[in-house]
Amino acid sequence: MILKALAGTEVAPKIEQKLSGSIVESNETCMVVKKESISGVMRFLKESPDFNFNYINNITAVDNYDHFEVVYNLTSLAKKHSLCVKARIPGRDNPEIPSVTSVWKGADFQEREVYDLMGIRFTDHPNLKRIALWDGFEGHPLRKDFL
Amino acid sequence: MPDYDHLILPYSSCDADKDEGQRINDLIARSQQPIPDPDAWLSGVDHGGVLLTSFDTVLGWARKRSLWPMLFGLACCAFEMMAAAGNRWDISRFGMEIFRPSPRQADMMIIAGTLTWKMAPAVRQLYDQMAEPKWVLAMGSCAISGGTFSESYSVVPGINRILPVDVYVPGCPPRPEGLYHGLMELHEKIQKQGYLKGNVHLPRLT
Repeated sequence: MILKALAGTEVAPKIEQKLSGSIVESNETCMVVKKESISGVMRFLKESPDFNFNYINNITAVDNYDHFEVVYNLTSLAKKHSLCVKARIPGRDNPEIPSVTSVWKGADFQEREVYDLMGIRFTDHPNLKRIALWDGFEGHPLRKDFL
Repeated sequence: MPDYDHLILPYSSCDADKDEGQRINDLIARSQQPIPDPDAWLSGVDHGGVLLTSFDTVLGWARKRSLWPMLFGLACCAFEMMAAAGNRWDISRFGMEIFRPSPRQADMMIIAGTLTWKMAPAVRQLYDQMAEPKWVLAMGSCAISGGTFSESYSVVPGINRILPVDVYVPGCPPRPEGLYHGLMELHEKIQKQGYLKGNVHLPRLT
Protein backbone atom coordinates (compact mmCIF):
# COMPACT_ATOMS: atom_id res chain seq x y z
CA MET A 1 0.00 0.00 0.00
CA ILE A 2 1.43 3.37 -1.00
CA LEU A 3 0.53 6.20 1.34
CA LYS A 4 0.37 9.84 0.41
CA ALA A 5 1.84 12.02 3.14
CA LEU A 6 -0.47 15.00 3.58
CA ALA A 7 1.19 18.35 4.12
CA GLY A 8 0.25 20.15 7.32
CA THR A 9 -0.49 23.27 5.28
CA GLU A 10 -3.30 21.58 3.38
CA VAL A 11 -4.93 20.05 6.43
CA ALA A 12 -4.68 23.03 8.78
CA PRO A 13 -7.22 25.35 7.02
CA LYS A 14 -9.91 22.68 7.13
CA ILE A 15 -9.39 22.23 10.85
CA GLU A 16 -9.36 25.99 11.41
CA GLN A 17 -12.77 26.16 9.72
CA LYS A 18 -14.24 23.65 12.17
CA LEU A 19 -12.21 24.32 15.33
CA SER A 20 -10.82 27.82 15.05
CA GLY A 21 -7.76 28.74 17.06
CA SER A 22 -6.58 25.15 17.57
CA ILE A 23 -3.61 25.20 15.18
CA VAL A 24 -0.33 26.79 16.27
CA GLU A 25 1.55 26.41 13.01
CA SER A 26 1.72 24.14 10.01
CA ASN A 27 4.37 23.34 7.44
CA GLU A 28 5.07 20.79 4.74
CA THR A 29 5.86 17.91 7.04
CA CYS A 30 3.64 18.38 10.04
CA MET A 31 0.98 20.31 11.85
CA VAL A 32 1.41 21.71 15.38
CA VAL A 33 -1.76 21.73 17.48
CA LYS A 34 -2.50 23.52 20.74
CA LYS A 35 -2.25 20.95 23.50
CA GLU A 36 -5.63 21.85 25.04
CA SER A 37 -7.46 21.10 21.79
CA ILE A 38 -5.54 17.95 20.83
CA SER A 39 -8.35 15.47 21.53
CA GLY A 40 -10.93 17.59 19.69
CA VAL A 41 -8.68 17.90 16.64
CA MET A 42 -7.89 14.18 16.71
CA ARG A 43 -11.57 13.28 16.93
CA PHE A 44 -12.27 15.55 13.95
CA LEU A 45 -9.38 14.01 11.96
CA LYS A 46 -10.71 10.53 12.68
CA GLU A 47 -14.39 11.15 12.08
CA SER A 48 -14.46 13.60 9.17
CA PRO A 49 -15.00 11.71 5.89
CA ASP A 50 -12.33 13.79 4.12
CA PHE A 51 -9.53 12.61 6.39
CA ASN A 52 -10.83 9.44 8.05
CA PHE A 53 -7.64 8.76 10.03
CA ASN A 54 -8.79 5.45 11.49
CA TYR A 55 -5.34 4.16 12.47
CA ILE A 56 -2.73 5.65 14.76
CA ASN A 57 0.74 4.38 13.88
CA ASN A 58 2.51 5.59 16.96
CA ILE A 59 2.80 8.26 19.59
CA THR A 60 6.22 9.46 20.64
CA ALA A 61 7.77 12.49 22.31
CA VAL A 62 10.80 14.75 21.93
CA ASP A 63 12.65 16.55 24.70
CA ASN A 64 13.66 20.02 23.52
CA TYR A 65 15.02 21.23 26.90
CA ASP A 66 12.56 24.14 27.27
CA HIS A 67 9.54 22.23 26.02
CA PHE A 68 8.37 18.73 25.23
CA GLU A 69 6.82 17.83 21.93
CA VAL A 70 4.38 14.92 21.57
CA VAL A 71 4.28 13.49 18.06
CA TYR A 72 1.30 11.57 16.63
CA ASN A 73 1.64 9.70 13.33
CA LEU A 74 -1.76 9.02 11.77
CA THR A 75 -2.77 6.91 8.80
CA SER A 76 -6.04 6.47 6.96
CA LEU A 77 -6.25 2.92 5.68
CA ALA A 78 -9.33 3.78 3.62
CA LYS A 79 -8.10 7.03 2.05
CA LYS A 80 -4.45 5.84 1.90
CA HIS A 81 -2.88 8.96 3.30
CA SER A 82 -0.91 9.84 6.42
CA LEU A 83 -0.26 12.89 8.59
CA CYS A 84 2.11 13.92 11.35
CA VAL A 85 0.56 15.94 14.17
CA LYS A 86 2.57 17.52 16.99
CA ALA A 87 1.69 19.25 20.23
CA ARG A 88 4.06 21.33 22.35
CA ILE A 89 4.08 21.31 26.14
CA PRO A 90 6.04 24.23 27.65
CA GLY A 91 8.09 23.72 30.80
CA ARG A 92 9.81 20.70 32.34
CA ASP A 93 7.92 20.35 35.61
CA ASN A 94 4.85 18.15 35.50
CA PRO A 95 4.10 18.26 31.75
CA GLU A 96 0.49 17.33 30.95
CA ILE A 97 -1.55 16.80 27.82
CA PRO A 98 -5.06 15.38 27.22
CA SER A 99 -5.17 11.72 26.25
CA VAL A 100 -6.44 10.48 22.89
CA THR A 101 -7.43 7.02 24.15
CA SER A 102 -11.09 8.03 23.77
CA VAL A 103 -10.46 8.47 20.04
CA TRP A 104 -8.23 5.44 19.38
CA LYS A 105 -8.04 2.53 21.83
CA GLY A 106 -4.59 1.75 20.43
CA ALA A 107 -3.22 4.94 21.91
CA ASP A 108 -3.38 3.37 25.37
CA PHE A 109 -0.03 1.54 25.45
CA GLN A 110 1.70 4.22 23.38
CA GLU A 111 0.77 6.91 25.86
CA ARG A 112 1.86 4.70 28.73
CA GLU A 113 5.23 4.28 27.06
CA VAL A 114 5.62 8.04 26.61
CA TYR A 115 4.66 8.52 30.25
CA ASP A 116 7.12 5.84 31.32
CA LEU A 117 10.17 7.07 29.43
CA MET A 118 9.50 10.80 29.08
CA GLY A 119 7.35 11.59 32.11
CA ILE A 120 4.52 13.30 30.27
CA ARG A 121 1.19 12.79 32.06
CA PHE A 122 -1.82 12.11 29.88
CA THR A 123 -4.85 13.46 31.71
CA ASP A 124 -8.01 11.30 31.60
CA HIS A 125 -5.98 8.26 30.51
CA PRO A 126 -7.81 5.25 32.00
CA ASN A 127 -4.74 3.33 33.20
CA LEU A 128 -1.70 5.59 33.29
CA LYS A 129 1.18 3.65 34.82
CA ARG A 130 4.61 2.48 33.75
CA ILE A 131 4.64 -0.09 30.96
CA ALA A 132 8.30 -0.99 30.25
CA LEU A 133 10.05 -0.15 33.50
CA TRP A 134 8.89 -1.32 36.89
CA ASP A 135 6.78 0.46 39.41
CA GLY A 136 8.99 2.44 41.78
CA PHE A 137 11.70 3.27 39.21
CA GLU A 138 13.17 6.72 39.81
CA GLY A 139 13.05 9.20 36.93
CA HIS A 140 12.23 9.00 33.24
CA PRO A 141 15.20 7.69 31.21
CA LEU A 142 14.61 9.31 27.82
CA ARG A 143 14.67 12.81 29.25
CA LYS A 144 17.79 14.75 28.43
CA ASP A 145 18.53 15.46 32.09
CA PHE A 146 18.38 11.77 33.13
CA LEU A 147 21.84 10.89 34.54
CA MET B 1 -16.86 0.18 11.34
CA PRO B 2 -17.90 -2.56 13.85
CA ASP B 3 -17.72 -1.81 17.53
CA TYR B 4 -15.21 -3.98 19.42
CA ASP B 5 -15.50 -2.22 22.76
CA HIS B 6 -17.22 -5.17 24.43
CA LEU B 7 -14.17 -7.35 23.65
CA ILE B 8 -11.74 -5.16 25.57
CA LEU B 9 -11.18 -6.34 29.11
CA PRO B 10 -11.65 -3.83 31.91
CA TYR B 11 -8.53 -2.54 33.64
CA SER B 12 -7.54 -4.52 36.69
CA SER B 13 -7.45 -2.74 40.00
CA CYS B 14 -5.07 -5.22 41.66
CA ASP B 15 -1.64 -4.13 42.85
CA ALA B 16 0.42 -6.71 40.98
CA ASP B 17 2.56 -3.97 39.43
CA LYS B 18 3.37 -2.49 42.83
CA ASP B 19 4.38 -5.90 44.18
CA GLU B 20 6.56 -6.53 41.15
CA GLY B 21 8.25 -3.14 41.47
CA GLN B 22 8.91 -3.82 45.15
CA ARG B 23 10.45 -7.21 44.35
CA ILE B 24 12.71 -5.71 41.67
CA ASN B 25 13.85 -2.84 43.86
CA ASP B 26 14.60 -5.27 46.71
CA LEU B 27 16.65 -7.44 44.37
CA ILE B 28 18.60 -4.42 43.08
CA ALA B 29 19.32 -3.28 46.63
CA ARG B 30 20.76 -6.67 47.65
CA SER B 31 22.64 -7.31 44.37
CA GLN B 32 25.15 -4.48 44.49
CA GLN B 33 28.11 -6.86 44.83
CA PRO B 34 28.84 -9.84 42.55
CA ILE B 35 28.41 -13.35 43.96
CA PRO B 36 31.83 -15.10 44.04
CA ASP B 37 32.27 -17.80 41.42
CA PRO B 38 31.97 -21.34 42.81
CA ASP B 39 35.53 -22.43 42.02
CA ALA B 40 37.22 -22.79 45.42
CA TRP B 41 37.40 -26.58 45.14
CA LEU B 42 38.95 -26.50 41.66
CA SER B 43 42.46 -25.77 42.92
CA GLY B 44 42.30 -28.43 45.65
CA VAL B 45 43.60 -31.90 44.93
CA ASP B 46 41.54 -33.84 47.46
CA HIS B 47 38.57 -35.60 45.98
CA GLY B 48 36.80 -36.66 49.13
CA GLY B 49 39.26 -39.33 50.21
CA VAL B 50 40.44 -42.60 48.80
CA LEU B 51 37.18 -44.45 49.28
CA LEU B 52 35.10 -42.16 47.08
CA THR B 53 37.60 -41.56 44.29
CA SER B 54 36.37 -44.16 41.82
CA PHE B 55 32.81 -43.41 42.73
CA ASP B 56 33.42 -39.69 42.08
CA THR B 57 34.89 -40.47 38.68
CA VAL B 58 31.84 -42.47 37.65
CA LEU B 59 29.48 -39.93 39.14
CA GLY B 60 31.20 -37.02 37.38
CA TRP B 61 31.14 -38.91 34.10
CA ALA B 62 27.43 -39.62 34.47
CA ARG B 63 26.64 -36.04 35.41
CA LYS B 64 28.63 -34.35 32.70
CA ARG B 65 27.41 -36.66 29.94
CA SER B 66 23.73 -36.04 30.58
CA LEU B 67 23.35 -32.36 31.32
CA TRP B 68 19.81 -31.19 30.83
CA PRO B 69 19.80 -27.50 30.00
CA MET B 70 16.95 -25.18 30.75
CA LEU B 71 15.01 -24.07 27.68
CA PHE B 72 15.05 -20.31 27.66
CA GLY B 73 16.86 -17.48 25.92
CA LEU B 74 16.87 -13.81 26.76
CA ALA B 75 18.27 -12.09 23.65
CA CYS B 76 20.25 -12.63 20.46
CA CYS B 77 22.66 -15.15 22.05
CA ALA B 78 19.66 -17.48 22.19
CA PHE B 79 19.84 -17.84 18.42
CA GLU B 80 23.39 -19.11 18.62
CA MET B 81 22.25 -21.47 21.33
CA MET B 82 19.47 -22.68 19.03
CA ALA B 83 21.99 -23.12 16.24
CA ALA B 84 24.15 -25.13 18.62
CA ALA B 85 21.14 -27.31 19.35
CA GLY B 86 20.32 -27.72 15.67
CA ASN B 87 21.53 -30.40 13.30
CA ARG B 88 24.61 -28.60 11.97
CA TRP B 89 26.42 -28.32 15.30
CA ASP B 90 24.35 -30.98 17.05
CA ILE B 91 24.47 -30.58 20.80
CA SER B 92 23.25 -34.17 21.27
CA ARG B 93 26.81 -35.34 20.70
CA PHE B 94 27.33 -34.26 24.31
CA GLY B 95 24.23 -36.00 25.59
CA MET B 96 22.38 -32.78 26.25
CA GLU B 97 19.94 -32.38 23.39
CA ILE B 98 16.94 -32.33 25.71
CA PHE B 99 16.32 -28.68 26.54
CA ARG B 100 13.79 -28.83 29.35
CA PRO B 101 11.03 -26.23 29.55
CA SER B 102 10.64 -26.87 33.29
CA PRO B 103 13.28 -25.92 35.89
CA ARG B 104 12.35 -29.03 37.92
CA GLN B 105 13.78 -31.24 35.17
CA ALA B 106 16.84 -29.17 34.30
CA ASP B 107 20.25 -29.10 35.95
CA MET B 108 22.00 -26.48 33.88
CA MET B 109 21.09 -22.92 33.02
CA ILE B 110 22.51 -21.18 29.94
CA ILE B 111 21.95 -17.44 30.39
CA ALA B 112 21.90 -16.55 26.70
CA GLY B 113 21.50 -12.81 26.38
CA THR B 114 20.92 -9.51 28.11
CA LEU B 115 19.36 -9.81 31.53
CA THR B 116 17.27 -6.80 32.56
CA TRP B 117 16.39 -6.01 36.14
CA LYS B 118 12.76 -6.54 35.30
CA MET B 119 13.53 -10.11 34.21
CA ALA B 120 16.00 -10.78 37.03
CA PRO B 121 13.53 -11.96 39.73
CA ALA B 122 12.02 -14.43 37.26
CA VAL B 123 15.43 -15.85 36.31
CA ARG B 124 16.42 -16.08 39.96
CA GLN B 125 13.19 -17.89 40.73
CA LEU B 126 13.83 -20.37 37.91
CA TYR B 127 17.33 -20.99 39.28
CA ASP B 128 15.95 -21.54 42.76
CA GLN B 129 13.44 -24.06 41.41
CA MET B 130 16.11 -26.19 39.74
CA ALA B 131 17.13 -29.33 41.62
CA GLU B 132 20.71 -29.60 42.85
CA PRO B 133 23.36 -30.13 41.64
CA LYS B 134 22.98 -27.29 39.17
CA TRP B 135 25.31 -25.25 37.03
CA VAL B 136 25.12 -21.85 35.35
CA LEU B 137 26.80 -20.84 32.09
CA ALA B 138 26.96 -17.13 31.21
CA MET B 139 26.86 -16.80 27.44
CA GLY B 140 27.94 -13.56 25.73
CA SER B 141 29.14 -10.14 26.86
CA CYS B 142 25.79 -9.04 28.25
CA ALA B 143 25.47 -12.01 30.56
CA ILE B 144 29.12 -11.71 31.64
CA SER B 145 29.26 -8.02 32.46
CA GLY B 146 26.28 -6.25 30.94
CA GLY B 147 28.37 -5.67 27.82
CA THR B 148 27.37 -2.56 25.93
CA PHE B 149 24.59 -1.95 28.42
CA SER B 150 26.61 -2.29 31.61
CA GLU B 151 26.03 1.37 32.57
CA SER B 152 22.36 1.22 31.62
CA TYR B 153 19.52 1.93 34.02
CA SER B 154 17.71 -1.28 33.17
CA VAL B 155 20.31 -4.00 32.61
CA VAL B 156 21.94 -6.25 35.20
CA PRO B 157 25.72 -5.61 34.95
CA GLY B 158 26.68 -9.27 34.79
CA ILE B 159 24.50 -12.14 35.92
CA ASN B 160 26.93 -12.93 38.74
CA ARG B 161 25.06 -10.21 40.61
CA ILE B 162 22.13 -12.59 41.04
CA LEU B 163 23.48 -16.10 40.29
CA PRO B 164 26.75 -17.98 40.97
CA VAL B 165 28.32 -18.53 37.52
CA ASP B 166 30.39 -21.61 36.70
CA VAL B 167 31.59 -20.83 33.18
CA TYR B 168 31.80 -17.56 31.25
CA VAL B 169 31.72 -17.71 27.43
CA PRO B 170 32.77 -14.38 25.88
CA GLY B 171 31.56 -13.18 22.50
CA CYS B 172 28.86 -10.99 21.08
CA PRO B 173 27.34 -13.44 20.48
CA PRO B 174 29.73 -16.42 20.79
CA ARG B 175 29.52 -18.85 17.92
CA PRO B 176 28.21 -22.35 18.63
CA GLU B 177 31.84 -23.53 18.72
CA GLY B 178 32.46 -21.00 21.51
CA LEU B 179 29.48 -22.29 23.43
CA TYR B 180 30.78 -25.83 22.99
CA HIS B 181 34.16 -24.84 24.35
CA GLY B 182 32.41 -23.41 27.40
CA LEU B 183 30.39 -26.59 27.75
CA MET B 184 33.50 -28.73 27.61
CA GLU B 185 35.12 -26.55 30.27
CA LEU B 186 32.01 -27.08 32.34
CA HIS B 187 32.29 -30.83 31.77
CA GLU B 188 35.82 -30.76 33.17
CA LYS B 189 34.64 -28.74 36.11
CA ILE B 190 31.82 -31.19 36.83
CA GLN B 191 34.29 -34.08 36.59
CA LYS B 192 36.41 -32.45 39.28
CA GLN B 193 33.50 -31.48 41.48
CA GLY B 194 32.81 -34.88 42.94
CA TYR B 195 30.12 -36.01 45.30
CA LEU B 196 30.92 -34.03 48.41
CA LYS B 197 31.34 -30.57 46.94
CA GLY B 198 27.98 -28.89 46.97
CA ASN B 199 26.50 -25.85 45.34
CA VAL B 200 26.55 -22.27 46.52
CA HIS B 201 23.55 -21.52 48.70
CA LEU B 202 22.00 -18.16 48.02
CA PRO B 203 19.89 -16.23 50.51
CA ARG B 204 16.17 -16.74 50.06
CA LEU B 205 14.34 -14.54 47.64
CA THR B 206 11.30 -12.94 49.23
